[in-house]
Amino acid sequence: MASQEVLREEPSRGSFINDPKVRGIFFQALVVVLLVAGVWWIAHNVIANLTRLHIASGFGFLKGRAGFDISESAIAYSSDSTYGRAILVGFLNTVIVAIVGIITATIIGFIVGIGRLSQNWLIRKICTVYVEVFRNIPPLLVIFFWYSGVLAVLPAPRDSINLPFGSFLNQRGFYFPRAVWGDGSWLIFVALLVGIGMAWFVARKARQRQMATGQQFPVLWTALALIVGLPLLAYALSGFPLTFDYPKQSTFNLTGGFQVRPEFLSLYLALSCYTAAFIAEIVRAGIRGVSKGQTEAAGALGLRPGSILRLVVVPQAMRIVIPPLTSQYLNLTKNSSLAIAIGYPDLTATAGTVLNQTGQAVEGVVIMMVIYLAISLLTSLVMNWFNAKMALVER
Amino acid sequence: MQEHDMSWVRTEMVLAQPAPAGVTGFSAWVRKNLIASAGDTILTIAGIALVALILPQIINWAFINAVWTGPDRTVCATVAQGGVQPDGWTGACWAFVNAKFGQFMVGRYPIEERWRPILVAIFFVALLVPMLIPKVPRKGLNAILLFFVLPIVAFILLVGGMFGLPHVETSLWGGLLVTLSLSFVGIAVSLPLGIVLALGRRSKMPIIKTLCVVFIETVRGIPLITVLFFASVMLPLFLPEGVSFDKFLRALIGVSLFAAAYMAEVVRGGLQAIPKGQYEGADSLGLGYWQKMYFIVMPQALKLVIPGIVNTFIGMFKDTSLVIIISMFDLLGIVKQNFSDPNWATAQTARSGLIFAAFVFWLFCFGMSRYSMFTERRLDTGHKR
Repeated sequence: MASQEVLREEPSRGSFINDPKVRGIFFQALVVVLLVAGVWWIAHNVIANLTRLHIASGFGFLKGRAGFDISESAIAYSSDSTYGRAILVGFLNTVIVAIVGIITATIIGFIVGIGRLSQNWLIRKICTVYVEVFRNIPPLLVIFFWYSGVLAVLPAPRDSINLPFGSFLNQRGFYFPRAVWGDGSWLIFVALLVGIGMAWFVARKARQRQMATGQQFPVLWTALALIVGLPLLAYALSGFPLTFDYPKQSTFNLTGGFQVRPEFLSLYLALSCYTAAFIAEIVRAGIRGVSKGQTEAAGALGLRPGSILRLVVVPQAMRIVIPPLTSQYLNLTKNSSLAIAIGYPDLTATAGTVLNQTGQAVEGVVIMMVIYLAISLLTSLVMNWFNAKMALVER
Repeated sequence: MQEHDMSWVRTEMVLAQPAPAGVTGFSAWVRKNLIASAGDTILTIAGIALVALILPQIINWAFINAVWTGPDRTVCATVAQGGVQPDGWTGACWAFVNAKFGQFMVGRYPIEERWRPILVAIFFVALLVPMLIPKVPRKGLNAILLFFVLPIVAFILLVGGMFGLPHVETSLWGGLLVTLSLSFVGIAVSLPLGIVLALGRRSKMPIIKTLCVVFIETVRGIPLITVLFFASVMLPLFLPEGVSFDKFLRALIGVSLFAAAYMAEVVRGGLQAIPKGQYEGADSLGLGYWQKMYFIVMPQALKLVIPGIVNTFIGMFKDTSLVIIISMFDLLGIVKQNFSDPNWATAQTARSGLIFAAFVFWLFCFGMSRYSMFTERRLDTGHKR
């Protein structure tokens, strides 16, 4: 009995200072105290500085008249619009360049990434040179290169370069015919939506039938016929309402058509080229990450090389590719803030102008941060959803 | 009785035959790598067409038609533009780079004081090269000199104002000097800070963990420009009246904090890859938290993530070019600023200057990535699965 008593006794834990729990609480308390003191000190300074500079805090300034022009705007905007609207215009411009850039970068990136794994020596080397060049120079430099090195030294509007389909290229940008939708063109959009819906339905039914009976159905051709055919039919039925407004050359400038400004063009081209190099590396790593046994096993089952790639390799490679691809998309979106260097009015540029005009530094930076964080979170959410869909269903 | 043995063992080997002519040599290589199939042949032809279209133009522009020396813009402009070149001429204007080389390297640093950055550069190379070559002994001393003594010496030499050296404002700094000093300090600060943040993020203390997560995710979610904006317009508001920060220092803080958040995520990846047994083994040996991290976990974790760390370094090196937005002139900024020099304004100036800057950036980044591959191979102990 006595020996059990001894055993049950708490072993000596040494000093109370060495207890990890006590230490943890102590350090956290210390951090909290320091943080609160720091924040209080900063807040105190900010308030003192703002009163000294006679700047009223708060977001009321967003309703004030902006008084500056924005060269490119997706929505109606004039210098009489409010600061809030100016920031909205900037936000929309950021979204536009990010979406177009992401699509282009993905296409170039996949082509180059697959090219780097090609059997063909020459293609492999060309793709390697592309990746190694663009990965190792700053994106801002690429933007400047397109802007002042290429687009700024194009001919003046008088001697515009003629491109196919009635488009022109000169130092004021890229001009292409603008589509003018006449009466009844809504029918085309409805037809397109219906076509996409039906194609999706057919694909689903075909998959279910193949799972149940093993019979295949030419999904691709049916879908193509539905998506292209229905709108064409609607186009003919509604009496060909679509016309084009072609850019015309006059003495000093081009009139009509749709103008893409050099600022947008250089930002878009630079972001696409730059990000594509990173996407190419991700794609290459993804495909190489699928073990060789998978390809060989698929071959042993009698699949053709094309089917092996489509049914076995790509689905598995996508699982490796998607997470880093997401961060590249986010990088592209964040890099679009480099627009400020060449004067494309994106979120950072317009918010920066607002910030300079009103002196509302704290609010301006907070707005920028919140919007960029929101875009990042949204993109992550969408890609996480896609990732979960693609992920291996483990038993 | 001796049994007759029919078995026979060859005692001398037949000489190896040369491989069939069809699988060796240049023609076989071409057949395998360039024209393996019809599709392959089409690709090769397309590739050759592409190279034939682009490469001669690049060589012509960069070397054959290029102007290497000259006093002003006339050597790089056509007759119609008021120069000496024939109409229709295009070629690189290396004369521009040549004339502005000093500015591209150190910015507007006073000419009579330029020996100071050059001396720092010599010290830097003299310390960095032995650090990078694995065979050179005394790495510890070398590291102390490079990461502790050199920054102090460089600060005294570059800023001046003591030991009889005249003071040089940081607003006069520029070019490669700014690029390199920003990225050197950024690297030296962001790695330890990133490690601390990564440890904090994996810590069991809820408050510390939350703080680290919030910091890392916020910084990673916003562009560097916003951080630089923050550093340039908000920091002055945060400080009491009269106290002000040097602009260069503000950019340094912005870049370092930004890189630290990315570094933290890279290091965290390494920490997560270390099997639990390693942590438990260290615990069972009675090591404390910091001992465990220093002796057991970090050496393995950091080795695993060398490529990620170097990628972050490369990213930061490239990102230093953004300081142009808050009107500081790094290499790219000073090149861009010189486009507007009326003495050199020609159609070729911008292109030549930018390609020169691109080449310098490329050289550093490519060098870093190759060195990281070399280190990775050297440290590979064969334990990788």
